Amino acid sequence: MADAGGTGAERPAAGGADVAARAPTPAPAPPAGRMAGRRLWLVLWGGLAVATLVLAALAPRLSAGPLADLWVPPAWLRPDVAGAISRFMAWLTTEARIGPLAVTEITRALAAAIEAPYELARNLLVDGWTEGRGRRAQQVFPPLSWIAIVAAAVALGVHARGWRLGLFAGGCLLYLAVFGQWQSAMVTLASVVIAVPIGVAGGLVLGTLAWASRPFDRALAPVLDLMQTVPTFAYLVPILFLFGFGPVAALIATIIYAMPPMVRVTTLALRQVPAEIAEYAVMAGCTPWQRLRRVMLPAALPDLMVGVNQVIMLTLNMVIIASMIGAGGLGFDVLNALRRLDIGGGIEAGLAIVALAVALDRLSQALAERARSARPAVAGPWLRRHRWPVTVAAVAVATGLLGLAFPAMQSYPDSLTVTTRAFWGDLVRWVNVTYFDSFEAAKGAALTHVLLPVKRFLLALPWVWVLALVTLAGWRLGGRRLGLLGFLLVLYLALTGLWEQAMTTLYLCGVSVVLAGLIGLPLGILAASSAVAGRILGAVTDTLQTLPSFVYLIPVVMLFRVGDFTAMIAVTLYALAPAVRYTAHGLRSVAPELVEAGTMAGCSRWQILLRIRLPLAVPEILLGLNQTIMLALSMLVITALVGTRDLGQEVYIALTRADVGAGLVAGLAVAAIAIVADRLIAAGARAQRARLGLAEGGR
Amino acid sequence: MTGGGAKLAARGLWKLYGPHPERLLAGGARPTPEAIRASGHVAAVRDATIEVAEGEIFVVMGLSGSGKSTLIRCLARLVEPSAGSVSFDGIDLLAASRAELTRIRRHRLGMVFQHFALLPHLTVLENVAFPLEVQGMARGPREARAREVIALVGLEGREGRYPRELSGGQQQRVGIARSLAGNPELWFLDEPFSALDPLIRREMQDEFLRLQRGLRKTIVFITHDFDEAIRLADRIAIMKDGAVVQTGTPEELVLRPADPYVAEFTRHVARAKVVTAAAVMTPGGPVEHAGTVAAGDRIEAIAARVEAAELPHAVVDAAGRVVGAIDRRAVIGVLVGRGPGS
Ligand SMILES: Nc1ncnc2c1ncn2[C@@H]1O[C@H](COP(=O)(O)OP(=O)(O)OP(=O)(O)O)[C@@H](O)[C@H]1O
Ligand SMILES: [Mg+2]
Repeated sequence: MADAGGTGAERPAAGGADVAARAPTPAPAPPAGRMAGRRLWLVLWGGLAVATLVLAALAPRLSAGPLADLWVPPAWLRPDVAGAISRFMAWLTTEARIGPLAVTEITRALAAAIEAPYELARNLLVDGWTEGRGRRAQQVFPPLSWIAIVAAAVALGVHARGWRLGLFAGGCLLYLAVFGQWQSAMVTLASVVIAVPIGVAGGLVLGTLAWASRPFDRALAPVLDLMQTVPTFAYLVPILFLFGFGPVAALIATIIYAMPPMVRVTTLALRQVPAEIAEYAVMAGCTPWQRLRRVMLPAALPDLMVGVNQVIMLTLNMVIIASMIGAGGLGFDVLNALRRLDIGGGIEAGLAIVALAVALDRLSQALAERARSARPAVAGPWLRRHRWPVTVAAVAVATGLLGLAFPAMQSYPDSLTVTTRAFWGDLVRWVNVTYFDSFEAAKGAALTHVLLPVKRFLLALPWVWVLALVTLAGWRLGGRRLGLLGFLLVLYLALTGLWEQAMTTLYLCGVSVVLAGLIGLPLGILAASSAVAGRILGAVTDTLQTLPSFVYLIPVVMLFRVGDFTAMIAVTLYALAPAVRYTAHGLRSVAPELVEAGTMAGCSRWQILLRIRLPLAVPEILLGLNQTIMLALSMLVITALVGTRDLGQEVYIALTRADVGAGLVAGLAVAAIAIVADRLIAAGARAQRARLGLAEGGR
Repeated sequence: MTGGGAKLAARGLWKLYGPHPERLLAGGARPTPEAIRASGHVAAVRDATIEVAEGEIFVVMGLSGSGKSTLIRCLARLVEPSAGSVSFDGIDLLAASRAELTRIRRHRLGMVFQHFALLPHLTVLENVAFPLEVQGMARGPREARAREVIALVGLEGREGRYPRELSGGQQQRVGIARSLAGNPELWFLDEPFSALDPLIRREMQDEFLRLQRGLRKTIVFITHDFDEAIRLADRIAIMKDGAVVQTGTPEELVLRPADPYVAEFTRHVARAKVVTAAAVMTPGGPVEHAGTVAAGDRIEAIAARVEAAELPHAVVDAAGRVVGAIDRRAVIGVLVGRGPGS
């Protein structure tokens, strides 16, 4: 997973890797003088740290003088990239032609191709089929009744695992009906139902091509990196330009966002099919297509299902964000409530998102597990083999017909809905009134003692110095190529004229990640040292990871209002899960013989933890840190809604002004930070792993 | 072994992994191991030449990493050899087109894998019928044929199971059945029993010999277990660091090892299992004798009889002519490790 620049909830893919045993190349013995070399580097890094502090301290005096250009990138160094992109987009949407077709015609055709199935899903789930327009519209055919949809959820749960899951999934949907969120939730579900198959199919195709062709794989890798690191807001704008405001643009943005993990999982899963099985397919005389279709993909199915689960969760996440460009649904309700400061309404819609997310996650995970254990298909006549679809269809028809006489069968009666809006509103108000002083004190203390000093320090650094440090670190950790990559990406940050915003992003992200680490590391240790704690924390982090990022904003905004502190809390919460999970996983997967050896040597529990487990878990913990940073960056962009002053805000402003160039430039700046952090940490983890003699990617 | 009559023949086969194998081997060059290593290549197979006769069990044996799997994969062209030639029944396999290869693999080759390589999503029946299915055979005949081979390996009644519901031995029986479904002429087995427990392994070896007595396939069998090799082999090729160091019958390897490496391999073998009467008899015409033994009989099989008799036994060749005599002393000599080859 060295190159997993993944933003999404990447679950460590459990691969049944059974690669034919190849003699590993032995690690070269450390040459004499290596230790001395390392000490030299430690001294050098220490010196650089001191120099950095001195520079920051001198900043107020020097940054105004003739050296000012070294502190803030001078204006003459900044090409007008944003303007060029905007002009290009304008040209693309007005004049560009591919052959006889204008680009806009192509995009319109594409939009129509997606719109048709989306309309179908929407009619089926929400609107029904109508005749006439506007006021005079008359429903000629109803959508699926709420009972039918709940029944479908139950049936899917029973099919995937059993009655408990079926009832749980049905309960989640029932919750939506009872608490009056049905309409919005079904609008959201309609988007999910359309985006997921497209995302999965696209991911399968691209992933398979990348598996089959090395050059294609190499060309695709940076594209995937960008797709996963450029904040979603940034490509919302160009998509709006090309496809117009509305659900289709939202769907396309969603697919772009949710597809990359499926591509990666597909390539990885196909690579992990045991070599013997791939060889067998050739020996059996399969044609290349038979080989792929009949052997490789089925053999990789359990791993592929993990990817499907990820696509579903990312889709839901993005559908909520995309409500800003007209997807409607639950996300729109939350956004609306936040704008109107309707506390109760926001929480209600937020909880509905949670219910939907948890139901979708549990169902798709159960389906994935089912694929792994591949239960024998039910034998017998057609009706018995298809009893679940048949039952659901029967329920749908029956409730549809009965609904003509008893409307309550068709749509959940309003009179029976329960609203908790007032309750939540009162609760939050009460908390705010009662604990106002404590909240304010905590917020003030954090701002004056941590947030502001860190921000001031980072902003005080000369850009050339940062450039040099990152280049040096890259070169030291990953060789010349990484050094060059770091140099170019940091240079990009400087040249875009967004240096201050980039540093602000770095500061917010850094503080949040440190905080997440400070909380996550001990929790991870706890989870690894006790089975009960492990199970509880596992369930909690699982649930945290299924929640769309948007949901995190709701409670924090209500308790702390807007500002950097609020952003920090939301980002920390969102990014906490991988810190806990990877720490626990790393500690648990230390070879038991080593722990036994330590015990026999008379180590205390603490000594075993500090001297054996933790050092060996460092590579894994670094991977967790990496994921934490990626999640933090993706959340940071969303916290622009609560008024931060970083790159995310630039992207968001560009979105509201529909300024393609500015949006993309700022979005790429976020991607640059993410990629630098990802590569540096991955290289560090690799170096550490090599030093410990652990197998690459040995999880 | 005459070259012309071989069912399968590989000559001067090389497989190098590394940046430019073709450069090293250009113009029929035969680089030394040092030259190969120095240029950053790994030699998996070095200049291997083997010939397998029709109906023969040809065992390739060597330590882990000696290149056995790579060799067998070059023979089946699962791995593209860097140099050399492979001919099967007079067809140049390395020159065969993709379509031709597919046709040959479908109808004339079978392969059994060390880790079974069963398709996890198919039942036993579907797994065994799979190679027939990809040929486009209709459901009825292919399932009938699959049931036939499943019965042959003794798995009747388990057709509906999935691979993971079977024990290791049963899984490999499925692998064997599957490789036989297309009724191949040439049968590759890459360490088919190495992943099994010793007891099951013995049972499978017996089963394999029983099958082969009925089938008379031409077989290339890979193992790293010398005991297995001498139980099964008509002839054995011993590989070391990618090269074939010696080819011969088990007895030849034991009695006349080509180099210390082969000698080391064969040192601990119970000689009575490989040495034949012909190798230790006193040559000569008919003498007074207690009974007769065949020239090809292994000492292990006749030791008790010869040892119990006061008079020597006459050794007769395939035509029934007496070619020598074997007595107590000769047999005991083999049993205690005295005499030829020790
Ligand atoms: N794809 C490859 N790339 C590089 N080296 C390889 C590759 N395949 C095999 N080798 C090397 O070729 C040599 C022979 O490998 P091979 O798998 O043929 O050995 P083997 O005799 O089958 O061993 P085992 O008994 O362990 O199966 C080994 O040194 C191996 O490292
Ligand atoms: Mg092998």
